[in-house]
Amino acid sequence: MTRYLLRRLALAAGVLLAAYTVTFLVLYALPGDPVSIMYGGESSDVTPDQLDALRAEHGLDQPLVVQYLTQLGHALRGDLGDSVVSGQPVTQLLGSALPPTAQIAGLALLVAVLAGGSLAVVATATRSRRLSGFLLSLPPLGVAIPSFWFGLTLVQWFSFQIPLFPALGNQGFASAVLPAVTLALPTSALIAQMLSRSLLHTLREPYVDTALAKGAGRARVHLRHALRNAALPALTVTGLVVGGLLSGAVVTETVFSRAGIGRLTATSVSAQDIPVVQGVVLVAATVYVLVNLLIDVIYPLLDPRIVTGARRRVAPPTAPSPSPTQAHGSDADQAAARVAVPAGGTR
Amino acid sequence: MSLRPRPSRTLRVALAAAVLALALTACSGEESPSADPSGSASASSATPVDGGDLTFAIGNDPISLNPSGIGSGNDTLYVTRQLVDSLVWQDPADGSLKPWLATAWKANAEQTEFTFTLRDGVTFSDGTPFTAASVKANFDDTAAAGAKSSAVGNFIGYKGTTVVDDHTVTVAFESPNAAFPQATSTVALGFVADSTLAIPYDDRASGTGVIGTGPFVLDHYTKDTETVLTARDGYAWSPQDRDGAGAPHLAKVTFQVAPEASVRTGSLTSGQVQVIGGVQPTDIATLEQAGLTLVHRANPGITFGLTFNGASPFGKDPAVREAISLAVNPTEIRDTALTEGFAVAVSPLASTTPDVADESAHLVTDPAKAASVLEADGWAKGSDGIYAKAGTKLAPTLVWITNFGPNQTSVELIQSELKAVGIDAKLWSGTVPDFQAKLAAGDFDLVWGNLSRADGDVLRTQYTTQGTNFYKIDDPELEKLLQDQLAAGDPAERSSLLAQAQERLVTQHHVVPVHELTTYLGLSDKAHGIELGADSRLDQLTTAWVG
Repeated sequence: MTRYLLRRLALAAGVLLAAYTVTFLVLYALPGDPVSIMYGGESSDVTPDQLDALRAEHGLDQPLVVQYLTQLGHALRGDLGDSVVSGQPVTQLLGSALPPTAQIAGLALLVAVLAGGSLAVVATATRSRRLSGFLLSLPPLGVAIPSFWFGLTLVQWFSFQIPLFPALGNQGFASAVLPAVTLALPTSALIAQMLSRSLLHTLREPYVDTALAKGAGRARVHLRHALRNAALPALTVTGLVVGGLLSGAVVTETVFSRAGIGRLTATSVSAQDIPVVQGVVLVAATVYVLVNLLIDVIYPLLDPRIVTGARRRVAPPTAPSPSPTQAHGSDADQAAARVAVPAGGTR
Repeated sequence: MSLRPRPSRTLRVALAAAVLALALTACSGEESPSADPSGSASASSATPVDGGDLTFAIGNDPISLNPSGIGSGNDTLYVTRQLVDSLVWQDPADGSLKPWLATAWKANAEQTEFTFTLRDGVTFSDGTPFTAASVKANFDDTAAAGAKSSAVGNFIGYKGTTVVDDHTVTVAFESPNAAFPQATSTVALGFVADSTLAIPYDDRASGTGVIGTGPFVLDHYTKDTETVLTARDGYAWSPQDRDGAGAPHLAKVTFQVAPEASVRTGSLTSGQVQVIGGVQPTDIATLEQAGLTLVHRANPGITFGLTFNGASPFGKDPAVREAISLAVNPTEIRDTALTEGFAVAVSPLASTTPDVADESAHLVTDPAKAASVLEADGWAKGSDGIYAKAGTKLAPTLVWITNFGPNQTSVELIQSELKAVGIDAKLWSGTVPDFQAKLAAGDFDLVWGNLSRADGDVLRTQYTTQGTNFYKIDDPELEKLLQDQLAAGDPAERSSLLAQAQERLVTQHHVVPVHELTTYLGLSDKAHGIELGADSRLDQLTTAWVG
């Protein structure tokens, strides 16, 4: 396990370095530079000499390689530089932008898992074909609705028309509700889509019939046996959507006038404020890497067949069979556990 | 002909209807939020109530609360104007300069030295006195900041400031600078205390330690969220000529950042904020229908319009310039892209600019004459209906950016107006850096844009070929007028030189003025005494109150 974690951490460092490098190159490939955007506007008041002096002050006159290595060296020591626009240290800007974004992203993830999970369970459990069909048609709709429009609609209804929540700013929990719901919509739709598909697949497995034949209740089979096995792919997707939550914050925080990583990204990208954009990318990449590492660590807890120490990890199956950990329950459980399963799942 | 404005107009009507429908559903919930029987117009003349809190929604984070620093334009200046005072106050009624922290000022004959007599008893909010030494320290600091200061253009050729006595200073320049007294009315030339000047220039952006003489002081600034100001005690030096200005009535002012225009509008109609800035032309009708007060004023400076690239083959050709000027119909553009509140331009300068001259006699729309001008110059229509001469098609490149919402409608309409005459304009737009790169490379024939400033000297900063100028207008006579006005000691003489420059710009067709820009603020019925200054930006909130 330790060796596995060390290997994963080394990979994570590689991912961060790659993200940092690619961002640097992309930003330098753009026309213009932060100094001319900020100071060299339409007025003819600023002389080219003054602009050059400012470029020298920010090190923008150095060759590309020198700039890259200098910035990387500082970054490794925890110094991400200063914003070209406001002069504030990037670490300070990130430090004040992270908590409000973490608040709505965390809340959104909770809402998404609960809403997406319940939709999938109800849609696959109901005997009504009509209800099931209706519920299963919601996730594609949820993915298709633009967050920008959805957010504005929520503000229109639940702030302007019915004054339940404030429309502006970071004013405690009440102001986090609508942004979190906006962020949660596409995420919950993805989770619902993945989980319902995986549940439908799992419910066709022979062990389900066996469990039912042994007299286990539908609800028990659905929640204890099928859901647990069907949850793995949904968990993988959840790891991926955390990245989606961060990018969704750009639109959500703009619509809801909130400070955070999303606003910081939007304003620093348009000003080509390179040090800040680099910092934002590093933070996003770190979060992404950590969440996926966490999920890799959780897999074996749900399915012991996934051995993390092994050289070649068994991929999480789409619809795996019940795990031996479930085998100490009722008769039906044991019966289900004894059903022969094809090795490596049914993918 | 009849096909021209159709697509954009239909789209606009549809959009407007959609916005209106949304807005109407938004307001239907609460017909009359307050039972106040008096309309907002009469209420504003009522007795001001002391001690209210005002929330003002702005579109952009201020970025820098250093008064002379570079922030995000108007929204920054709305905030910093409350923190600092200036030597003179420019009266929005006529653009004239009135006493403020300076009780009197005079210039030498060459317009290179300006002597200001300072008001007595003015203090910074930390209790230190405002003196002639403060003026010198501030001007030296701003001049030294160079390009980092938004006032860099006012200190070109700055020789220095001399403290004559505690109440008198003389500011000297290498070359004439007749626009300097007006420049001292701007926020960028407002004054901060010695303790602020001791902070490195870059570190003042957060506002921490920024101490002014203004009616409000900074309570706190949270980036991308809010800037909260509180009234200071003992403020008694409002401009004496500004009606109703004195110690502030408001106890607290919150500038709340709301990037989405529709969210600002909804926040106002639902009573979550009392004032909004950055009102979009499409939202004006919505706000009027909701019975809200709109405070508006045309922006002084250069109007929206086309400027030719004097170095491009098409821009160099007087016949092409004249034909394009004749083909563009400013009234049609205003009627299509904007509302009545935006005036059709009568000069390169907007009507609220001091020394504006009415050039409407020279601003004629006549597509038939445009065609005959081209034909007299040897252009002939090809089979595609586009003029060509010596194998070159008359297809100028028109560059523009979306810094003002209706721009797209305006340039597309210009394109179809030109097409109707036989000129095939190519539109180009891009991001701000792309746009700047395009202008710097001279890779354009026409550019669409404007520039706000409350002095006729804006013509020089925009069109002189001596600075880093993109238009390269090759017209020695114009250049001489632009330089001479800066050296004119007699205001009437300066006015006449500026009028000649405006006439030259339109009779030589270097520019095609189209429409003025108007700044709108939306007010709830609780907000009173909110005023726009001579620069059409928020004036100090010393006349404002809520109740």
